Amino acid sequence: MKKLVGYRKYHPGTQPAYNYPPYRSTQKRCPTQPLVIAPQTLSEITGPVFGWDDVKEGDNDLTRQHKGDPIGERIIVSGRVLDENGRAVPDTLVEIWQANAAGRYPHKTDQHNAPLDRNFSGAGRTVTDKEGRYRFVTIRPGEYPWRNHHNAWRPAHIHFSLFGQAFLTRMVTQMYFPGDPLLPYDPMFTCIENEAARNRLVSVFDWESTIPEQALGYRFDIVLRGREETPMEKMP
Amino acid sequence: MSLFASGNQTVGPYLHIGLNWLITRDVAGKGIKGERTAIAGRLVDGDGVGVSDGMIEIWQANAEGRYAHPEDTQKKPLESGWRGFARVFTDSKGEFRFTTIKPGRVPAPDGSLQAPHLVASVFMRGMLKHLCTRIYFPGDAANHDDPVLRLVPPARRGTLIAKRAGKSALEWNVILQGRNETVFFDL
Repeated sequence: MKKLVGYRKYHPGTQPAYNYPPYRSTQKRCPTQPLVIAPQTLSEITGPVFGWDDVKEGDNDLTRQHKGDPIGERIIVSGRVLDENGRAVPDTLVEIWQANAAGRYPHKTDQHNAPLDRNFSGAGRTVTDKEGRYRFVTIRPGEYPWRNHHNAWRPAHIHFSLFGQAFLTRMVTQMYFPGDPLLPYDPMFTCIENEAARNRLVSVFDWESTIPEQALGYRFDIVLRGREETPMEKMP
Repeated sequence: MSLFASGNQTVGPYLHIGLNWLITRDVAGKGIKGERTAIAGRLVDGDGVGVSDGMIEIWQANAEGRYAHPEDTQKKPLESGWRGFARVFTDSKGEFRFTTIKPGRVPAPDGSLQAPHLVASVFMRGMLKHLCTRIYFPGDAANHDDPVLRLVPPARRGTLIAKRAGKSALEWNVILQGRNETVFFDL
């Protein structure tokens, strides 16, 4: 075996605490004993490998999954998956899910009094290219109420699930929209202490990926854990 | 160049919508060698109530102790159909179940061998960042000097070792709080 190169611990303040009382449900679902510090072994430095064989063409277009067009504003969500060293994370699976334009999920436990859209299921996936780029076509999700506290509303968001290159790089996160007035009231957003890391979850309007007369573009880059040391590159 | 990592966020209550397509209840398909076993259990919150909106993902080596990953450069056989991944959801009672084969031993950083184990990620609504834990096999002599188990206080090691639950069946629970709280790792 070659010497293994591990992953750096997340920078302090960039990750939420397990117990974050403003998000009420965390209190009964967080460990009460300290986590046991353990070494990174071959088991953690490796992780499941997915690729283009696992997705179908069109899986990244949420507006073309049914006979008709979904209601709502078409958008392009694209960006790069990088690590903390600024390196691209290529060939990695990206899964997304979201509410429809009215803020409703087609899920049996979502009882919000807003219409379902028979032309929108709200799930997609793709694989990053060699430069770590991904792209989805979807509709802008609606805000919706939840029962965490009085008058609680989730800002518009898209859930993202990523694997990266190791068990250690697994990440589930959410993408928000720029200028959303609900963000400062949302405990899921405010749970990230570090301002730069928190704002990394907010996409930016992207004129360059906007398609004239078709769809607005939003850019959302995702940063996964980076390696402890830079692996040796082969010299040309 | 240094970038701040993106913050982890909860999967929320509607996780199934985006993640259901990759549900994998059997790690080891046809033609995969090894001792088959079912692993079933319950994901339980601090009130002792089953978590109905949870997901568990498993990553493991094959029966030879080889991972299907480019950074595992051991000279051990790897079946072409082997991935080593499971994804299962909890049901309305918080119960989950998957089937697999007992993995072989994989190397530890000090050059010794680890006891056979699976690594697991636990996700749910009400959890802002997934938890990482391990599943070991009952009665395996290698558990005694496993370099990771040895870091765990002896009274808590049992939470990482599955219990026999019949022929070719194991029970392993995830207890989030309180008595028998599962050991989770800071990696």
